[in-house]
Amino acid sequence: MHVEEKLTAETFPASPEKATLEGKNKFLGFWFFLGGETVLFASLFATFLSLRDRTAGGPSSDELFKMSIVFIATMLLLTSSLTSVYAMYHMKNFDFKKMQLWLGITVLLGAAFLGLEIYEFNEYVHEGLKYSTSAFASSFYTLVGTHGAHVAFGLLWILTLMIRNAKRGLDLYNAPKFYVASLYWHFIDVVWVFIFTVVYLMGMVG
Amino acid sequence: MENHTNSGNPNVDLAYRRKKNAEDMKHQVISFALMIFLTLIAFFAVGYDKFSPWFSVPFIVLLAIVQVGFQLYYFMHMSHRGHELPALFLYSGVFVAFLTIWAFMTVIWW
Repeated sequence: MHVEEKLTAETFPASPEKATLEGKNKFLGFWFFLGGETVLFASLFATFLSLRDRTAGGPSSDELFKMSIVFIATMLLLTSSLTSVYAMYHMKNFDFKKMQLWLGITVLLGAAFLGLEIYEFNEYVHEGLKYSTSAFASSFYTLVGTHGAHVAFGLLWILTLMIRNAKRGLDLYNAPKFYVASLYWHFIDVVWVFIFTVVYLMGMVG
Repeated sequence: MENHTNSGNPNVDLAYRRKKNAEDMKHQVISFALMIFLTLIAFFAVGYDKFSPWFSVPFIVLLAIVQVGFQLYYFMHMSHRGHELPALFLYSGVFVAFLTIWAFMTVIWW
């Protein structure tokens, strides 16, 4: 079974993401990368946790954060994680069109999340929280902004895969690519779970 | 012809794989419902001001860890076979993450 073989639903293997050597390598390499990403975000979380009370006379988290925006953002990202699971479900069933459809929905939800975050940052700046206002401000923008940059990158990545493979259809060459992109998307949601808990909810507790 | 089948009949195997994928998908939807539920509890725990921060902060952190477990083991398939190395990589990252956060927290303790 070679990489560019034209397959049918019957001949498509059960784990298409790991059916080729290249796919196996991508799978392992990507998990290794996710271990590194965990360390990156840990350093940003640790910095934020140490500096979150240092507001230097500027706005503090319990003055700024509104539960409604965080709640909507959380629901959007969590739902987009489920829609990308649906996309991989159709990928395994060799249903290219449905996979593209669910990836498209994932991208829309992710874009809505990103738009909401841009709106939120804009609000905070207007309320006097600039990047250099305080140690709280810079550690907050760096942590949440790095996550937002990951969301933006993930959106471009998934969109690129969708457009690049629109006419090619599904084969063992691109199945690992779709699979790995969906792993990345879930990891973004993993980080967000800690952000809404540690940054926003703990910031509102006081 | 090599076709990754067990019964020798591709259509039977296809039906089996579809059924297995559908079962997997059912588990995913259940974990999604649980994740939404955990998120709601976390938001309520913070919105309900009768809880002291000494209770609500560890409580919501615990909820986050459980929710991330669902994300990793179901959405990212870590419960499936062949994920020994991914688990090693990820937990090595988690170990360094824990050390980093622990070091920063003890530095500002006083």
